[in-house]
Amino acid sequence: MTDAAPALLEIEDLEVGFETEAGLLHAVDQVSLKIRPGTTVGLVGESGCGKSVTAAAVLRLVPIPPGKILGGKIKFAERGDLLSLPTEELSSVRGQEIAMIFQDPMTSLNPVFTVGKQLVEVLTIRFGMDRAGARARAVDMLRTVGIPDPEARLVAYPHELSGGMKQRVMIAMALLSEPRLLIADEPTTALDVTIQAQILHLIRELQSRTGAAVLFITHDMGVVAEMCDEVAVMYAGRLVERGGIFEIFEHSRHPYTRGLLRSVPGKGTKRKGELATIEGVVPSPLDLPSGCRFAPRCWKRELLGTDEQQRCFEEDPKLEPKDGGGVAACHFPITGTEQ
Amino acid sequence: MSGNGDPPLLEVEGLKKYYPLRGGVLGGKIGDVRAVDGVSFTVRKGETLGLVGESGCGKSTLGRTVLRLEDPTEGRILFDGTDLAQASGPELFRLRRELQIIFQDPYSSLNPRMTVGEIVRDPLLVHRVGTKAEQVEKVRGLLDTVGMTSETLERYPHEFSGGQRQRIGIARALALDPKLVIADEPVSALDVSVQSQVLNLMVQLQRERGLTYVFISHDLSVVEHVSDTVAIMYLGRIVEQGPVQEIFKRPAHPYTRALLEAVPVPDPRRRKRVVPVQGESPSAVSPPPGCPFHPRCPFAITACREAVPPLEPLVPPATDPARPHLAACIRKHEI
Repeated sequence: MTDAAPALLEIEDLEVGFETEAGLLHAVDQVSLKIRPGTTVGLVGESGCGKSVTAAAVLRLVPIPPGKILGGKIKFAERGDLLSLPTEELSSVRGQEIAMIFQDPMTSLNPVFTVGKQLVEVLTIRFGMDRAGARARAVDMLRTVGIPDPEARLVAYPHELSGGMKQRVMIAMALLSEPRLLIADEPTTALDVTIQAQILHLIRELQSRTGAAVLFITHDMGVVAEMCDEVAVMYAGRLVERGGIFEIFEHSRHPYTRGLLRSVPGKGTKRKGELATIEGVVPSPLDLPSGCRFAPRCWKRELLGTDEQQRCFEEDPKLEPKDGGGVAACHFPITGTEQ
Repeated sequence: MSGNGDPPLLEVEGLKKYYPLRGGVLGGKIGDVRAVDGVSFTVRKGETLGLVGESGCGKSTLGRTVLRLEDPTEGRILFDGTDLAQASGPELFRLRRELQIIFQDPYSSLNPRMTVGEIVRDPLLVHRVGTKAEQVEKVRGLLDTVGMTSETLERYPHEFSGGQRQRIGIARALALDPKLVIADEPVSALDVSVQSQVLNLMVQLQRERGLTYVFISHDLSVVEHVSDTVAIMYLGRIVEQGPVQEIFKRPAHPYTRALLEAVPVPDPRRRKRVVPVQGESPSAVSPPPGCPFHPRCPFAITACREAVPPLEPLVPPATDPARPHLAACIRKHEI
């Protein structure tokens, strides 16, 4: 990791809302992140925490309305703020400088064109390759992502392929474009573990070959540990902790991060023994608690005195720097002695 | 956990489930989809068998066939000494009380038009268990057992989160005091913090009620946590089975190894940088000859293409003979 390199992507105080019948729903609240070339940042959290909306906002894929960008900037290299980029310039960034892969492959595949046409176009438009060369390269990439009989697949339409196959075509398309930034939103969640391992391997290969930056959105702590240099943890629309991979896994300061890591069975859990849990459920974005949004479920809060707990419920914790270089938004972060 | 002397509650022998494959001009039968192709295993009372495999390996069909939600093509399903495969009519209806299922998707497995109270009570109505007052009392007790208050009785499934719905599904499965519960990916749709709540509940219920589970999952760390024995499926067959510690510490089948190797470990100091196993599982319509895994297997030799390897114990036996470690690989002792 090159600490000195300037960020390729810098999200600053991003705020995204959705108009609903019940009022304005704050999906993303003051989220800031940086990604340097050649590094992978994991954006983690449970369903509804705002991680996917944050990722979609980078490419202005949040549907407006009902969505609404309420504030913040998304700076991408020399392009400046993507949120204020003219549409024409934005479309040349999309799919060329920034590629995105989703859990649902049909979000990025066009149903009316064959797989071959879509893959070949990536290469002819982005790299000015001739059609024959592009076709050969496309076949090669399909084989690399584990698609059997790739020549035959070129003439297939997306609907003729299985879900796992479509997923891999989309990934092939994203890898062929050799983006400067790859945004991967739960790209392997629906795939089998051996296929997941292949895809993760391909993303790492792309990165080491081209120096691409990767924003990896996932809820799977195993995938995070495997892929990321830095981790940002979201809860109920806010960033609660951000730090280097070892810092997060070994010295996380925020009780939510710690709770997430401990609830996964694995190292340190006894077979059929009690797993750590986070009691309760994620709050509704229409009815967020005041103060720290995690406070009603926080195991650490329960160990505090009444006055201290009062503070958790009343005062918004700000992201503060912690030893080790990361930041956490907690009035009473876990300290070294509590490891 | 029960001792070794306990008789098996469930003994499945040579179970097959084929679906006809139709095609051609007349839509006639042109072959079989061999979803389950000769599977045998036993589960002891009070224990958990973890059934692992990737999509399309037949693990869900196997679970449904054991429950007779699907009719087996061949084989025996001995449950407490009675062959479910042969049972029909009133006998099957009676036996079904003893076997229940928990589904993966807590969003689609509960009837949205019924209240939670009605959902949990439904099995009692169907099987005419107790008076109305007794049924209502039982439903309250069940909801309490799974950690839901009785205020939930009059509410509808959509008012609950995924984890709460899964608790409701568990309460419904327990209504008839079953002996065996087949849990088909019960925590796969849940967030991790909620997943651990449901796993804790299932383990606690097993301890308190002596429940026997067949736990179907693609998630190896979850299976390792809940199981006593584990069976690994690939393309309709069990390729390896044995005590959970054995399978995870000394996997003998190359497919089990590939699976374990592919699972990302939540520890950044133990990153895997090996090239993962290539390709994907072949179709159950046209399985390869010989060992179903040989096209992807780094250890495959000519003999692997010739005959399906039998599921046989490792020599010398690794564990006590009552719980053998079996693998269907002709090179299991070399690799």
